[in-house]
Amino acid sequence: MRSLGMAAAAIAFAATGAFAADKPDELKIGITTFLSGPASVFGEPAKAAADMIIEQINADGGIDGVPIAASYVDEGAGGEALVSEYRRLVEDVDVDLMLASISSGNCNQLAPLAEDLKVLNLMWDCGTQRIFEENDYRYVFRTQANATPEMLATVLYLLKTKPDFSTIAVVNQDYAWGRDSWDIFQTALKAMKPDAKVVAEFFPKFGAPDFSTEISRLQALRPDVILSTSWGGDLDTFVRQAAQRGLTNTSTLVLPLAESSLQRLGSALPPGHIVGGRGDHYFLHPERVGDPAFDDFMKAFHDKTGAYPIYPVFHMSQALAAVKAVYAKAIEANGGEWPDREQVVDAMDGLSFQGLGNEVTIRDDHQGLEDQLLGTTAKSDEYGFAILKDIMLFDAEDITTPVGEESIEWLKTLGPDFVASVEPKTYAD
Amino acid sequence: MNLQLFALAFFDGIAYAALVFLVAVGLTLIFGVLRVLNVAHGSFYAMGAYATASTVGAIVAAGYSPWLAFPMMIIASALIGGLIGGPVEKLLLRRIYDMEEVLQILVTFAVFMILEDVQRLVWGVQPYFESSALMVLGTVDVLGITYTAYQLILLPVVAILVLVGLRIFLRHTLSGKLILAVTEDREAATAIGVNVDRVYLVTFVVGASLAAFGGALASATTSVIPGMGADMIVLSFAVVATAGLGRIEGAAITALLIGLGRSFAVYLAPELDVLVPYLIMLAVLLVRPEGLFGMAHTRKI
Amino acid sequence: MRSILPALIVLLVAVTPVLAPTSQVLLTLAFAKGLAVLGIIVLLQAGQVSFGHALYFAVSAYVAASVARSFGGELVTTLLAGVAAAAVVGLVVGVFVVRYRYIFFAMLNLAVSMIFFALLEKFYYVTGGSDGLQVPRPTVVGLTLERGEFETILFYGALVLSLLAAWGTHRYLASPLGNMLRAIKTNEVRLEYLGVSARSTLLSGYVLSAALCGLGGALMAVAQGIVTPEYAYWVRSGEFVFIAILGGSGSVAGAFVGALIYEGVRTYAAAFASDIWQMVLGIVLLVIIIFGPSGVTGLYQRLMDRLVGPARPRGAGDSERAPGAAE
Repeated sequence: MRSLGMAAAAIAFAATGAFAADKPDELKIGITTFLSGPASVFGEPAKAAADMIIEQINADGGIDGVPIAASYVDEGAGGEALVSEYRRLVEDVDVDLMLASISSGNCNQLAPLAEDLKVLNLMWDCGTQRIFEENDYRYVFRTQANATPEMLATVLYLLKTKPDFSTIAVVNQDYAWGRDSWDIFQTALKAMKPDAKVVAEFFPKFGAPDFSTEISRLQALRPDVILSTSWGGDLDTFVRQAAQRGLTNTSTLVLPLAESSLQRLGSALPPGHIVGGRGDHYFLHPERVGDPAFDDFMKAFHDKTGAYPIYPVFHMSQALAAVKAVYAKAIEANGGEWPDREQVVDAMDGLSFQGLGNEVTIRDDHQGLEDQLLGTTAKSDEYGFAILKDIMLFDAEDITTPVGEESIEWLKTLGPDFVASVEPKTYAD
Repeated sequence: MNLQLFALAFFDGIAYAALVFLVAVGLTLIFGVLRVLNVAHGSFYAMGAYATASTVGAIVAAGYSPWLAFPMMIIASALIGGLIGGPVEKLLLRRIYDMEEVLQILVTFAVFMILEDVQRLVWGVQPYFESSALMVLGTVDVLGITYTAYQLILLPVVAILVLVGLRIFLRHTLSGKLILAVTEDREAATAIGVNVDRVYLVTFVVGASLAAFGGALASATTSVIPGMGADMIVLSFAVVATAGLGRIEGAAITALLIGLGRSFAVYLAPELDVLVPYLIMLAVLLVRPEGLFGMAHTRKI
Repeated sequence: MRSILPALIVLLVAVTPVLAPTSQVLLTLAFAKGLAVLGIIVLLQAGQVSFGHALYFAVSAYVAASVARSFGGELVTTLLAGVAAAAVVGLVVGVFVVRYRYIFFAMLNLAVSMIFFALLEKFYYVTGGSDGLQVPRPTVVGLTLERGEFETILFYGALVLSLLAAWGTHRYLASPLGNMLRAIKTNEVRLEYLGVSARSTLLSGYVLSAALCGLGGALMAVAQGIVTPEYAYWVRSGEFVFIAILGGSGSVAGAFVGALIYEGVRTYAAAFASDIWQMVLGIVLLVIIIFGPSGVTGLYQRLMDRLVGPARPRGAGDSERAPGAAE
């Protein structure tokens, strides 16, 4: 029955359907991103970045002469609408590949679907480490890191900069990411510093408007370190309320996602707290600043949106860099001819590409190897919001779960000497 | 749990309760008079917060005194109540008072959906945070714990003022008495020449302004984000149903119960804190079906 | 005459997989929601509205997911397990909530569903938290199928289930029990004077509605391949009521007509007006309520009445709202 429809489609679009190796008029990409709901703090900048990057690629002659045409899907519209729209793009619009998605829940849902629909799917932003540890996919790849290296790098940075702390508390959002990231962090911490004591665990609900009670309790407990992997409005609220009541003077905050909140927080986040950005994502990236392409993009993005790029922008740039790179590689492998879609999927294996951050390589299990950058907040008069100093850049190879292993089990095998064995690049200012 | 922790949980609880009360009291007022459960109430709360955060942000950025934040809160909530709430009542709700309850709720649900997108179109999706009002009031140390004066003192005081003010307004002013008359018996009130349409409009605008005022006060303590209205609706429904529909003093006591319950939960059983409002509501309604202070419904034969 | 268009629509829907294969899944999802809405419509006959029926949708979906995950999962047993769980929970909760009416009925249902929603997120290690649980594709009579074949089977299964459920519900509403259920709306006290227990009558309707929501939820779970706490959120309960009114709360057909229209509008609004899809839905709802409160099927009835004259005394479900019945 499906073939009937396919035949109809083939007649209608003879040029694209019948001869896969013919160059299409345009390369169609579907992109899922949050345009509504709290996670649109990530989705909107990423969409703006995608528009800018695609415009640039097309102005430079597209992919081997083929311009890119992007369609966007709102992840905030809910599960059914997302799936329906995903299928519509794959089956009716006949997109060449999909970039999906921000939410790990949505990645869980879309990865098996992509596999069945035989469409190349780049997971451009979601963080769950489980996807490739629990399943094998042919069509699904991740063009960025996952929760394990992100949290492991955070633990390492903490242990390298503040080795003597003894107590820690956690305030994470009560949903999968908040729980998962704490599991990983806690497992790594216990393996490398068994004497660290967890004095309180709070999981206020996602979108909680008020952390006063948690903060009162934390003031009474006075932990040396407070971890929060929250993001968006939740993180802003927590940091502000903590700062207003002096909690930031008595405890060091460890905020692995706060790179995306620095500009909004302004002077509310005082110096001396640890901040990460889910990868080597920072608009003052010490290895990238000075590269004209990087500097130009930072400026152009600021001109367009009024803010400097945050990590989802970097993730989007990496996914689109992967698209560019994989087509170049597949075309070369195909003797200069336009590749069919299976050839493009084949070319993804071992692909290296560079977006706004350092180079990323796709491993055998389809996981991307992405470096991790963390730093400590410092006051900046130039920007009016905190910038990072004492930056460490961790090599992805050192901190990513080896292929075929399960993250939590692997983390348990690490010992206290692991801290010294990882040598990140450090930058003084 | 020692005495100190008990005291701390109590202080956190009343600050939260004050905010919840301000929003819920508007909802219960509207229900008491119009007999419509207004789902869009959460939108007024969110819009009050957005309007305050954005205007105060602009005022402070322009170099004016942060003390202006306080009058701005009142102005912003009155504007939201009047300019958004007024037309909603006059153009939409007025057409549906004769309809079934479920249709009335759905109309307000539709308004809620529309206003959600209006907020996004007007204010975008990036969180706003504007705490000038909170900062100028400084902090207070109690039992070695630092509180903000805004949350510990101002919010409860404002909540009590609103409660007392509403009581005086309803019992001792002409407009208030008219509102009570319409609540008691709409037809009789019409018969003696009360302009019911006007009473409905005024009540709705006041109720919506109270929700917006709750949002305005909350905006100094929290990030203003898309979707903040949806959570508030469910919470204030829980308060209103637990208190007994249309009971203003009941709403105050229930808000206090929920606020304290929640903060004690954070100390004793943190995993339970989100469940507290619903557990209280279930427990109350199972024992007293008409709510804590509600009156039994007379059935028609 | 009156039944020509409905028959045509059923026929048209039945050949969809051939004509427009890509809408097949969309229609399956619409049927799943339609079944849940049917449950809402049963309660609406008694004048009661639940803002918490997503509870049964979610209970069934999570049970179906667990069955499919742990026992390999045969399609029929997966669905049955889900429905059974929803009916049992419906009975337990129902015993309490049937004592209440109107707003309190709506609010209590809301509270119970919100508690379940919070628990789904809390018991992260069992439920997968907000990421949800993946539902492996169940086998059909022992056969492991590719996605394409499975979806076609699921589509026709959903179509048949929907027709059966619609017919069964129609029969129920036309039965003495169904008439007693409607009497709760019109005059509950008189019902009691007749020696009928309003509570147990409402309870029977409540359990039926929970089971219907459960069937929809289990179907949704296997069609989507994932269950998330979103299944239990109050907005989804609101959506069911929304669809019931959109389609027409008076008739069983309204559930499915409403669901088809709703899914269509929502999908295309999300695709072509991704910034304002909520606003589009809200406006559609307002227009329906203000200009046609009996829903799309009600409009159709009125149109037919005008064209071919009033229908013969109608069966159960299609009661018009009696004037003055509204409070």
